[in-house]
Amino acid sequence: MFKKLPIMLFTLTMILVLAACGSGNSGSTTTGSTTTGTDASGEAAATSTDSGSILAVGSTALQPLVDQVAQKFMADSKYANISVQVQGGGSGTGLTQVSEGQATIGNSDVFAAEKLDADKAAELVDHQVAVVAMAAVANKDANVKGLTKQQLVDIFTGKVTNWKDVGGADQKIVIINRPSSSGTRATFEKYALGQKTEDPAGSIQQDSSGTVKKLIAETPGAIGYLALSYLDDSVAELSYDGVEPTVENVEAGKYPVWAYEHMYTKGEPDASTKAFLDYMLSDDVQKSDVTQLGYIPISGMQVQRDAEGKVTQK
Amino acid sequence: MEHSKVTPREAQRRRLPLEKHRIEDWIGRIYTSVCVVFLIATIVSIVYFVTSKGVATFAVNGVGIMDFLFGTRWAPDASPPAFGAMPAIAGSFLVTLLAALIASPLSIAAALFMTEIVPTFGKRILQPAIELLSGIPSVVYGFIGLTLIVPFLRDHVGGQGIGVGAGALVLSIMILPTITSVAADALANLQRGQREASYALGATRWQTIYRVVLPTVLPALLTGIVLGMARAFGEALAVQMVIGNAPFIPTSLLESASTLTSIITLGMGNTAMNSIQNNALWSMALVLMLMTFVFIMIIRLLERRNRI
Repeated sequence: MFKKLPIMLFTLTMILVLAACGSGNSGSTTTGSTTTGTDASGEAAATSTDSGSILAVGSTALQPLVDQVAQKFMADSKYANISVQVQGGGSGTGLTQVSEGQATIGNSDVFAAEKLDADKAAELVDHQVAVVAMAAVANKDANVKGLTKQQLVDIFTGKVTNWKDVGGADQKIVIINRPSSSGTRATFEKYALGQKTEDPAGSIQQDSSGTVKKLIAETPGAIGYLALSYLDDSVAELSYDGVEPTVENVEAGKYPVWAYEHMYTKGEPDASTKAFLDYMLSDDVQKSDVTQLGYIPISGMQVQRDAEGKVTQK
Repeated sequence: MEHSKVTPREAQRRRLPLEKHRIEDWIGRIYTSVCVVFLIATIVSIVYFVTSKGVATFAVNGVGIMDFLFGTRWAPDASPPAFGAMPAIAGSFLVTLLAALIASPLSIAAALFMTEIVPTFGKRILQPAIELLSGIPSVVYGFIGLTLIVPFLRDHVGGQGIGVGAGALVLSIMILPTITSVAADALANLQRGQREASYALGATRWQTIYRVVLPTVLPALLTGIVLGMARAFGEALAVQMVIGNAPFIPTSLLESASTLTSIITLGMGNTAMNSIQNNALWSMALVLMLMTFVFIMIIRLLERRNRI
């Protein structure tokens, strides 16, 4: 132990010196080296229009769709020379990597401006490929059919703690929330609650929709929110201000709790990336893969919404 | 003359195999040196990266170190955001200590049973079985916790099922094999003479275990417990699935709480690199890393005591 002490001390000082020297520019050096790597491959892709490799990183909510479409895309002989790789990691990761040039496409559940600095977000080009709608969901024993916006706000801010205060059974409310940085939670707070909420003590946070559904189905008095594709008989979906959470109501603009799924590129996409994004928006994909996986096709939407949340008729 | 004629040839003949040995020696030395340099570079760069990212919260984003370490409000997306990591730090320590409290007596008893009471059966069947436990991936433990322990607690103890208690139970099962194997090895390596001397003095088996065996191997037992605690402290997935992740210091064992690891895993993918939210997670990673160093130091100190 004592013999090794000088060596241990030396290593420790070296680490500290290193850390002290470069804490300012550490991020830029690491990203700098990786960017050059991808830049080179990006140029190679740009020189020949019908070959290249695309890396799509980000949102786990969008990943199954991009994955499935990428398989179909690569199987198509027209695009035989383009390879698409899809990775998860979360919306924040996707936006960071596309902004720094490590990924060709950044998948995100939220508008880039909500995660990145304004100047970095401005460099990204938004491609909206699908819509995901969410419903407030309760345990069946709560015996509630629907809630108003105000009731939801009261529940998620911890003001109302018993189901009987919102017309249900006499049962304590258990909130099954998402982590505060989650895109699903951001959507629910923005369009269903209209405000950011802080977690009341004792609330549960889970990241995966499958776990959330399982917990709501099992825990008496539980409330949470799920994408429409996850709804089934094990849980009770709640109407919002009297409007049922259905695809038709979302498309007609009656049900407001939905968000776009975004695929961001840095600047305008190159030829092969554009081919993939166009393929994503083609009727072929929108009418089969998108609906089949529980998303709502962008073409069916009768309304559109901008980053500030302003809704306009198409 | 003859002597000088033979010597160079003789020397050359001797040098040939010697040269081969030397080359092998050098290849081996260079190969191991390169590996060690690579290893050191990896360790240094990881420590450097985590430190630089973790310090950025305080240096670049201007969050006070005291506010971070002792603040009790964790609301990274509120306006203004609050970055108090105390709930997570407290949660980590709480589940770790609870897990060690549950697992240590069980593991030490199991180790005693395997080595002192039924050594043959223990060594042939029990020890491999317990070592098998340590090979089970943590996501499986988490899933078992979510499907068995959480509903059990909800139905028979009360509350939501999810919470500190469930987290500590899952962790205690996870660290059981770690503590048991270290304890069993230490007990097996104990010199026979001590036990036999004790028996010769007329001590019963229990007296021998209690008065002779346990005090002698105590440092090794503590090493095992600290190793288990280090594993529990750093475990992310299994805990995250059952603890509930609410950023509050829990007031009861059935309440939802969070740990450093669970907040990091939940937030890392959803926050953008270099944002204050992301840097705060790196600061938590830095706290975790420093704590791991502390655990390793404790183990080293215990091992030193063990040698004497």
